[in-house]
Amino acid sequence: MSKRVLDRLNQVFGDAILETHSQHGDDTAVVEASRWREVARFLRDDERCAMNHFIDLTAVDYSDRREPRYEVVLHIRSLEKLHRVRLKARIGEPPSIDSLAEVWAGANWFERECFDMFGVDFVGHPNLRRILLYPEFVGHPLRKDYPAQMTQPLVEYRPEAIGKLPPFSEHEGMPFGRQTHDRAAAHVNALGFTDE
Amino acid sequence: MEPLDIELDEGELELPNDPMQVNMGPAHPAMHGTVRMVVELSGETITKVDVQIGYLHRGFEKMCERGTWTQVFPYVDRLNYASPMLNNVGFALAVEKMLGVTVPERCQHYRVVLGELARICDHLVCSGAMAMELGAFTPFLYFCKARELIWDVFEEETGARVTHSFGRVGGMAKEPTPAFKEMVRNALPAVRALIDDGEKLLLANRIFLDRIENVGVMPKDLAVALGWTGVVLRSTGVPYDVRKVHPYLTYDRYDFDVPVGTRGDNYDRFMCRQEEIRQSTRIIEQALEQMADEGPINIDDPRIVLPPKDEVYSTIEGTIQHFKIVMEGIKVPAGECYSYTEAGNGELGFYMVSDGSGTPYRVRIRPPCFATMQGIEKMIVGGMVPDVVPTFGSVNMIGGECDH
Amino acid sequence: MSQTQRYVFEGSQQGFATTRLEDLLNWAKKYSLFQYPFVTACCAMEFMALASPRFDMARFGAEAPRFSPRQSDLLWVVGTISQRQAPILKTVYDQMADPKYVLAFGTCASCGGFYDNYTTLAGIDKVVPVDVYVPGCPPRPESVIDGLLLLQDKIQRGDRTPGIVKPRTDPHQVAKALAEHSPLVPLRTSKS
Ligand code: SF4
Repeated sequence: MSKRVLDRLNQVFGDAILETHSQHGDDTAVVEASRWREVARFLRDDERCAMNHFIDLTAVDYSDRREPRYEVVLHIRSLEKLHRVRLKARIGEPPSIDSLAEVWAGANWFERECFDMFGVDFVGHPNLRRILLYPEFVGHPLRKDYPAQMTQPLVEYRPEAIGKLPPFSEHEGMPFGRQTHDRAAAHVNALGFTDE
Repeated sequence: MEPLDIELDEGELELPNDPMQVNMGPAHPAMHGTVRMVVELSGETITKVDVQIGYLHRGFEKMCERGTWTQVFPYVDRLNYASPMLNNVGFALAVEKMLGVTVPERCQHYRVVLGELARICDHLVCSGAMAMELGAFTPFLYFCKARELIWDVFEEETGARVTHSFGRVGGMAKEPTPAFKEMVRNALPAVRALIDDGEKLLLANRIFLDRIENVGVMPKDLAVALGWTGVVLRSTGVPYDVRKVHPYLTYDRYDFDVPVGTRGDNYDRFMCRQEEIRQSTRIIEQALEQMADEGPINIDDPRIVLPPKDEVYSTIEGTIQHFKIVMEGIKVPAGECYSYTEAGNGELGFYMVSDGSGTPYRVRIRPPCFATMQGIEKMIVGGMVPDVVPTFGSVNMIGGECDH
Repeated sequence: MSQTQRYVFEGSQQGFATTRLEDLLNWAKKYSLFQYPFVTACCAMEFMALASPRFDMARFGAEAPRFSPRQSDLLWVVGTISQRQAPILKTVYDQMADPKYVLAFGTCASCGGFYDNYTTLAGIDKVVPVDVYVPGCPPRPESVIDGLLLLQDKIQRGDRTPGIVKPRTDPHQVAKALAEHSPLVPLRTSKS
């Protein structure tokens, strides 16, 4: 039903729309990263789109699987017309893209979260700082190369505190047939970066 | 008035008027332990506020990338812990959307009933906690008691009081117990009576009303731009309810209303919640009516649903099937999808990327109260410090969901 | 003369006046625990249930919550403590006046639970000493009440050693610690 939005985008922006698809009924358009804000603003202001309801903004790290590495994903909907669309933009290292905080007020925190978790730099964001983690934290945990186990404590542990002892490891309780997307874990264990 | 006969430097007489900073939380009784607000005051009026969340960030999204799709269920339980069942259902629906399967009708009704019971709990927790923070302890006890009655049903059905982990991809963990319908039907009137009692205590109370009426007002347009959904959005007058607008499960077959507010203040939010509880009981009654007593709960697909236990122990096919699902996980076709349901606080979305293996490549949760919390700043600036408490209470900030 | 008082007098049979006074004080302490609920996460749902009519913690003398750490003797740590929250927990604990007790409510507080990742603290005992661990995710109110009674027994005994039976701990260390601090005296004064 919101196919029409995709058609309209194709019509207006032409080659800035790299790709569109509607897998599982979710209409998706991949936008050239440099025109990110422009497309977003158009979707909000255009009468036939009227996508005024901000839903979600996040990113995915495709790590070594895909080039460019990051994909910023935006979900928006229209309150009156009830259609939804997903916009994506692919960006490489170091990740950086225009901020949408001035288009939808709601993007503000979602972009901060995205910065916190992936280190995506949103150009023009009024207040880009960490939101879920603390300022002392180094690195961006949802990148695939951040080891899930690596903690960065703020207070010193009591000397009596006992950490995990062998044979317990991070694979405890995990089915062996699963895949892990945590590429860094093995690496870090070799470096001796553990809980203790 | 006669002038004083000594020369005074005007400035000395006045109190210092540079803004005062006050820190609230995170270990503050009204902040639910997980939010910190640094407010800047001019006199007693709040001029600026910095809302800091993230004290309960538990790495939900990272944890999802480590196990199988089914192993995510316990984690989603603990997102919005006031209504775990709604999260369970939401996640199950998301994976089912990727797999392209639909659960049998009996299961859909079953999910609706359990989900709506959870929604009642969610709203009770919110209203109760808000009342308690305003000093009304008795209604809180009434609401707790009502919640306890619902938890009895949950316990009977799922075996757990709070964190059920009861949803499964392609169905539910267990069939409804034989006495399920009767149990729910018995519990509902008692719950409703308790809620009415508690509500009467509150709405006849001047202090309570004075503190919530016209406090924490949110304009409609801003609410939409901020990405508000759920009760908080409806209180501003936007009738957006996923259950009505984009019906999922069997919601299009029930007759229920969506309460909306007019001003978007704390009173509207409180009343919308209370009314939604009533509507939920209506839905439950209809769903119980329509739910068949017999029939399958799980879909019939050996690649998705675990075989019955006696087959696992007696046949080789069953054993292998069980082993494959548990050890390798359900193979979800590669791709991406965004699935959304109406949870206690609003639109709970899951954006998922699969690479075709048994482990999610990325699970992103779209937490409704994360978006809501952004608006807090707009709602409390210009008000007084005591207004922070009811305003914060009425948006039902749930740490696990907001900070994921 | 009630059972408990008899217990106090029994202490005097040892013949030390100090013991008797201590026992009396401990007895007074154990039934007037002012609590500081450090409530963060899902366990709060059960904590609310615990305070509400059906389970009613007030029956055990642990009713009055005090939201100032200086006025409380029992710190309930209810829910997951993240690395970001840890310094706050430590500050709250340090601000409490002696005698102070800590009860770890739920698996997360006890050992980090299944949030074994970059952001959570794997058990509050990494930061503050804990007297009683109540496992469960979330623990049922009954088991919390049991934990509370255990704590009361501990207070009665005048035992201030931090809890030692911990999940995933080295059994040798437990054995050693047990040998040092035992015998695990009969816990409750019996009804007979
Ligand atoms: S122990 Fe379980 S219920 Fe309690 S805070 Fe941790 S995850 Fe939540």
